[in-house]
Amino acid sequence: MMRGISILVAGLIALVACSNRGPDTGPGGTAGSTAAAPGAVSVGLSISTMNNPFFVALRDGAEAEAKAAGINLITVDAQNDAAKQIAGVEDLIQKRVPVILLNPTDSDAVANVVKEATAAGIKVISLDRAVNGAEVSSHIASDNVAGGKMAGEFLLKRLGGRGNLVELEGIAGSSAARERGEGFESAIEGKPGVKLAAEQPANFDRAQGLTVMENILQGDKDIQGVFAQNDEMALGAQRAIEEAGLENVAIVGFDATPDGVAAVKAGKLAATVQQKPELIGKLGVDTAQLLIEGKPVDRNIPVPLGLVTR
Amino acid sequence: MTAQQQATLKKLGPLLALVAVCIGLALMSPNFLSVSNSFDVMRQVSINAVIAFGMTLSILLGGIDLSVGSILAVSSVLAAMTMKGGHGAGLAALIAILAGAGMGSLNGVVIAKGNVAPFIATLGMMTLLRGAALVLSNGSPISGFSSDLFAMLGGGYVAHLIPVPVVLMLAMFALFWFVLKRTVFGRHVYATGGNAEAARLSGVNTDRVQILVYTISGAMAALAGMILTSRLDSAQPTAGAGYELDAITAVVLGGTSLAGGRGWIFGTLVGALLIGVLNNGLNLMGVSSFYQQVVKGSVILLAVLLDRGGKA
Repeated sequence: MMRGISILVAGLIALVACSNRGPDTGPGGTAGSTAAAPGAVSVGLSISTMNNPFFVALRDGAEAEAKAAGINLITVDAQNDAAKQIAGVEDLIQKRVPVILLNPTDSDAVANVVKEATAAGIKVISLDRAVNGAEVSSHIASDNVAGGKMAGEFLLKRLGGRGNLVELEGIAGSSAARERGEGFESAIEGKPGVKLAAEQPANFDRAQGLTVMENILQGDKDIQGVFAQNDEMALGAQRAIEEAGLENVAIVGFDATPDGVAAVKAGKLAATVQQKPELIGKLGVDTAQLLIEGKPVDRNIPVPLGLVTR
Repeated sequence: MTAQQQATLKKLGPLLALVAVCIGLALMSPNFLSVSNSFDVMRQVSINAVIAFGMTLSILLGGIDLSVGSILAVSSVLAAMTMKGGHGAGLAALIAILAGAGMGSLNGVVIAKGNVAPFIATLGMMTLLRGAALVLSNGSPISGFSSDLFAMLGGGYVAHLIPVPVVLMLAMFALFWFVLKRTVFGRHVYATGGNAEAARLSGVNTDRVQILVYTISGAMAALAGMILTSRLDSAQPTAGAGYELDAITAVVLGGTSLAGGRGWIFGTLVGALLIGVLNNGLNLMGVSSFYQQVVKGSVILLAVLLDRGGKA
């Protein structure tokens, strides 16, 4: 059995050594750490989930910028679990990183751990989703209301101001769902030619987008336009509409994920609102650098959106 | 080596693995062994450990409780609604834990009286109660409790050093240890898990044992829910998804047999700590989250192989 345990430990060490990450640069020194540029500044990044291309792109943008700036970026993945996120941020606090980039799984649930970080003298920058109930140094996110409005105006123009619309909503209570919906509804409100025939949640999920759209079409096939609050739901809805044999339904997604953009190019989606996750990550690292240098930063950094059409 | 020595060594296998991993992590990350990090790890572990203590009982019976994550969510939402309704934290926690015990006893009744396999019964409850949590909360988190007492539960310290969740975890550990080692009920759990028919014939009320075990498991899930809700200052209807698997992992890592009848609560504590230490240590070393899952899976497989006294 002792042999087994030594194999276990040796395996662990080998795996860690292979993963080729930066050293620990906290006050404890770098003894025993894996080798990388000595004296590099570390910045923490707590990401809500790596099981979503959008956040992977955000991480990639941050990582590329960190590499260019000679910063050692330490990423912890919360796997969409608020408790895991707290544990990860606490680990970063233990690492004594000067700045933590925080992409919350839930805006309310991270307030306590943000306070913990602040108490430890660590600055926090929120990315993509805001933090409720605790102060952060800066908030960097897309202007979701403007994006929803952009989608609504595009659909109105595309349909000539006439038609029945469906809105597929994201996770109830999430700020992205709320703000995108608000923007979209402000664009179509008071327009006499259009009617919002259905608005239902599909939780930002492709499979749910498919079933929810199927159910809507069971009741009412007279649909001309769909706004889905993300591309995953838009692609699910697109499958349902295709299977129902409907043509000329304009579907607008949100996020411009690789799949979403490909579907726009193939003519399956009419458009997708482009967030720039790489830019959010990049601006996060840039802002962290300013904080480390003791320079002032903006409290709110809105990241511009675009519209991808064919 | 005598058979007895071998048996002792085998029993200590999970502990040796934990010590080995700790030594490895301490060598590689200078922050790992600091006092504040040690308590951080234990606090992070407490939620899983408390659930896993309850899970140990159901697994000792040869059963399983898949509904713990959903029970956690429903109890959290109920506690949050109680506090939002203007009641105190004490009443909220009491309601939550009674509700957890109630949901657990429903599991027990379906399993014992309805003769349904525990896997199926608790799978059904898992789905049903997840729905209930979403219905009760209308799908959105309930956040912001203005109760210092409730905030203490997850975020407070005893003697300015030991986090309250850690104290709760250790208290529950002591209680479970005592119950399993020193009470008639504890012996009945082992007897029923080892051979239910033989236990029944020798006068053990096996139905009662089963119902009690699932009731306790539900109450433990609710207690874990209180710690989580306090730490997050938010009750989330989606909380606890997948926690049943973390708890089962801790129990199995600790050397409790899924076949029932054999196992101990100390092993479960060690198993939960092993998972927590790996999560924390790999984060401290800055290991990519993709590699982390590979490492954790490998450690689970290796530790269980060692414990089964394989050919290693």
